Amino acid sequence: MSPEINLEEQFQARIDAGQKIEPKDWMPEKYRKTHIRQISQHAHSEVVGMLPEGNWITRAPSLRRKVGLLAKVQDEAGHGLYLYSAAETLGISRDEMYEQLHTGKAKYSSIFNYPTLSWADIGAIGWLVDGAAIINQVMLTRTSFGPYARAMVRICKEESFHQRQGYEIMLGLAKGTPEQKEMAQDALNRFWWPSLMMFGPRDEDSPNTAQSVKWKIKRKTNDELRQQFVDITVPQAEFLGLSIPDPTLQWNEERGHYDFGEIDWNEFWQVVKGNGPCNKERLAARVDAWEEGAWVRDAAMAYAEWKEKEKIKKAV
Amino acid sequence: MDQNLYNYLLMLGDNSMILGHRLSELCGHGPSLETDIALTNISLDLFGQVRNIFQYAAKLNDQESSEDSIAFLRNERQHYNCILVEQPNTDFAHVILRQYLFDQFQLLQLNFLLQSKDEQLKAIAAKSIKETKYHIRFSSEWCKRLGQGTEISHNKITTALELLYPFCNEFFETTEVEKEMMERGIGPNLEELRVQYFDNVTTLLNEAGLSIPQTPFRVSGGKHGRHSEHLGYILAEFQYMQKTYPNMQW
Repeated sequence: MSPEINLEEQFQARIDAGQKIEPKDWMPEKYRKTHIRQISQHAHSEVVGMLPEGNWITRAPSLRRKVGLLAKVQDEAGHGLYLYSAAETLGISRDEMYEQLHTGKAKYSSIFNYPTLSWADIGAIGWLVDGAAIINQVMLTRTSFGPYARAMVRICKEESFHQRQGYEIMLGLAKGTPEQKEMAQDALNRFWWPSLMMFGPRDEDSPNTAQSVKWKIKRKTNDELRQQFVDITVPQAEFLGLSIPDPTLQWNEERGHYDFGEIDWNEFWQVVKGNGPCNKERLAARVDAWEEGAWVRDAAMAYAEWKEKEKIKKAV
Repeated sequence: MDQNLYNYLLMLGDNSMILGHRLSELCGHGPSLETDIALTNISLDLFGQVRNIFQYAAKLNDQESSEDSIAFLRNERQHYNCILVEQPNTDFAHVILRQYLFDQFQLLQLNFLLQSKDEQLKAIAAKSIKETKYHIRFSSEWCKRLGQGTEISHNKITTALELLYPFCNEFFETTEVEKEMMERGIGPNLEELRVQYFDNVTTLLNEAGLSIPQTPFRVSGGKHGRHSEHLGYILAEFQYMQKTYPNMQW
């Protein structure tokens, strides 16, 4: 038995025993790469996710809502920061990760390639998109890589607050005037299917799932998580008095779950490949912010170096 | 209703509201995640101050009024902010310098309001001044970074300074309302703040390697409701929902 195989067995034994893997521990190269990919994509999703909601900050309908939305989008920037830091522990820099995002090499969650067309979309995103994200993220609080799991604990707390805030916006609209209710229904119609897509391809089309389950990056499959989301969300929609845009949706007594219709997988893959309604705009906004910010970052760096020299001069 | 106190509150609130709006436009577009978070944080603080001030104003007003009716339902000529705060986010240098020039004034103003004869304003100032001290630390440090950083950053902040500095005199042009507030011990003597303000600004600009522009101060009017053309567009966006869907709860 080669020493490498032995190490890999020991590594797997640690994961099986429920121990956390820390950045300085030995890990298979594939484990490292998978985590860099997943954590950085998660970070990119937080940062790109600021854009569709940011689109309504300047038009929020009341001061209270404006403050709530600003704080929420700011939290997302904070989540991006912890996640980039967690990924950095695996030996990649933030600049390299940005580079991968900006060149299209790294993906982010496709949901953010859909436009926010009304104020109700801000409610729908909080309720559905954050709701779907929480289902994924609660699972990740128990993932095997320590820094990622710990970041998730903190992020989940804030996300569940966001989800309640989103649901509360929807509730206000659903109980409001007919125009407000129509706005809420329209947002649900547009965000329902993209939210189901957030759990990824069907299990049979998801080649990485088995390895991810073995490493406890994933504890449930895409389809299991999707079902969990539908089961939780349908009664919430009923409480709002809104209808889910799926004529085949119904409770299956035997399974103890809701049956629901088929996702438009063609649309799913189109958006993943960059042809969604806003892919180009989202990426352009990130690239512009980065490129236009270059002189600012250079100035900060030059100033820090100058200060450092001054300090040494004084010391000498 | 104490109309002059009410109008004074609008002046205070509008400065924070319009500047808070300008900063909120940047959310998600900052030059780094850290600056993005910091600028959003300042925007949040400013809107927090707006809410405190307008909730108080709504109480003073006999008619049915709320923080939102005050914030969202006035036209251009009924806004009393200084023209500096409505200037656009041309680049990061403009954003930072606009912030610093306002923070410096706001800090002196709040410092006086800590001793205001109006108890409510005094309480609002006590909360706000802690935030403003943080804001000015951020904006003044960045002025120095940009001024002393690279040739590019130095040139950019110099351009911003030439445009924005001439607006600063407006802070100290005492209106009838402010004169009465001063006489009642509610608001500061702006002439006294002026000296301190320009001393502090000059010191900071020197530290940042920048010189005071020789351009004359601009003719102003913001505190009388005469604004730049920017304000109309800000309000069109800011008031969109309340104007499109009147009398609804959100």
